[in-house]
Amino acid sequence: MNNGKPGDGRLDHGIITGWVSEGASVLELGCGGGELLQMLSRQKRAGVSGIEIDENYIFSCVARGLSVAHQDIDEGLSEYADSAFDFVIINQCLQELRKPHIALSEAVRVGHKVIVGFPNFAHYSARVQLALQGRAPVTSALPYQWYDTPNLHFLSIRDFVLYCRKNRLSIERRAFLDKRGLVRCWPNLLAGSALFQISRDGPALIE
Amino acid sequence: MGSVLKKDKNIGIVETKYFTFAVPPDELVLESGEKLGPITLAYETYGNLNEDRSNAILIFHALSGDAHAAGYHEGDDRPGWWDDMIGPGKAFDTDKYFVICSNVIGGCKGSTGPANENPRTGRPYGLDFPIITVKDMVNAQARLVDYLGIDRLLCVAGGSMGGMQALQWAVSYPGRVRSAIPIATTARHSPQQIAFNEVGRQAIMADPNWNGGAYYDGKPPTRGLAVARMVGHITYMSDESMADKFGRRFKDHGKGAKFEPDFEVEGYLQYRGDNFVKRFDANSYLYITKALDYFDLGNGRGLGNVLKGVRAKFLVVAFKSDWLYPAYQSREIVRACKLAGVDATYCELNSNYGHDAFLLETGEQEYLVKHFIANVGEGNGNGRA
Repeated sequence: MNNGKPGDGRLDHGIITGWVSEGASVLELGCGGGELLQMLSRQKRAGVSGIEIDENYIFSCVARGLSVAHQDIDEGLSEYADSAFDFVIINQCLQELRKPHIALSEAVRVGHKVIVGFPNFAHYSARVQLALQGRAPVTSALPYQWYDTPNLHFLSIRDFVLYCRKNRLSIERRAFLDKRGLVRCWPNLLAGSALFQISRDGPALIE
Repeated sequence: MGSVLKKDKNIGIVETKYFTFAVPPDELVLESGEKLGPITLAYETYGNLNEDRSNAILIFHALSGDAHAAGYHEGDDRPGWWDDMIGPGKAFDTDKYFVICSNVIGGCKGSTGPANENPRTGRPYGLDFPIITVKDMVNAQARLVDYLGIDRLLCVAGGSMGGMQALQWAVSYPGRVRSAIPIATTARHSPQQIAFNEVGRQAIMADPNWNGGAYYDGKPPTRGLAVARMVGHITYMSDESMADKFGRRFKDHGKGAKFEPDFEVEGYLQYRGDNFVKRFDANSYLYITKALDYFDLGNGRGLGNVLKGVRAKFLVVAFKSDWLYPAYQSREIVRACKLAGVDATYCELNSNYGHDAFLLETGEQEYLVKHFIANVGEGNGNGRA
């Protein structure tokens, strides 16, 4: 499910690995072929497992020696107890889910902290294409045409911040990325994608 | 069982061996409280046990299987029932692992079952044979594993009834199993599964030759057993695989008397039924199907609770077209593993073959099994979850 490629050499993976604490337990929703989980296992000695819907990605996870469950995130995470994990990661697949609100609610239930990464629909190039050319945007973070995109939901950085406020989720960390690296100002205009670390009960950081 | 002849890469000629234990007065105490002994287990082994005895894999057969899982018996042109999966370079790689497979107790392929002599009467057990369970099968296998000098198994694996034994091993002997691969199976027989088994049993018992199970001096209940096998075969296939294999085609010589089989599918089922009676004992069919029906690993305590304390890591595999052991039953196993904190990987494979897929659909299954075991072997302890 990892369709977004913000920057390259997976800068997002590097940032997430920096955020996850040593030896943490981690569940990744939509873990793809398991690149990030393997990185977390090796660099942070994290206890990792994943959920993935694509059979071919399951094979690659098993080949990496990762524990992965072939299942649909949209059907919930009822098999996991509250706060079962130190971290739950939803990176670049939130926008592909049928029910992202349920996935996020479940993620903050089973994880102490949740790391969410998504493409920013309000990036200036998307705004230009929509406003001036009158076309559905195609950007490096949203590289699909309207007819073949796996993305079902489009959200901006601002949308996500408002979502967290409405649902009383604390934003503990954030990073904004574009092709070249980190974006430090005007993220909702200049960042191709965003990473947030949120929790239900942590200290509020922003806004 | 549709194994393709692949003589290029197999173990070669193998032999069935026998191990006898539980000689009175040290009989095996069964789950029912009854005692059984002496007990003989027929078994085969492939590959070599390594020096620290850490590379042993125990394979379990399904309802009608036997100890002959791989390679060829002298003079046979058909290999063992899982030859596609067991052999040099295969999923259960006999160049690396020591693979064991035994016939279950209650069976009729060399292990003690209702057709064998009851030491108390000097005549075949028949219905004097005690009721056995999957747990009893596993307890008997544990004695064989002891006898072979193996303390911990690298892996226990099987499909269907074999998967139930894998689950039972992981629960009954948590310290002796490093990994388990239950395939196309369930932790608890469903009413539908019990119902199909009951139709099979009723067919056998309705055959006048069955004679209350005492038929060993006369004609066996072949018609009843054949019908039981026909019902079984229907449940092992899928709508799609039947359509592919037979369609609505008629048999070539379909001009017999009224209600002679004229569709290909009818001929196939009759052929399968007729063949089965040559190699299987009707009473064994009754006992083993009953053991399946009694199987309920959670047993009122909840599967998640029963799996607490299990140390094996799991690879659970299901097939999308399997309607006899539907994928939701495998998902229940995985769900319970997660709740119990047992490390579990789950994959639902695409296949048109229905329940039989675990015997036929070996490509992707082989890939999963091979890599999964390799990582157990290296002790890659990923995941507390």
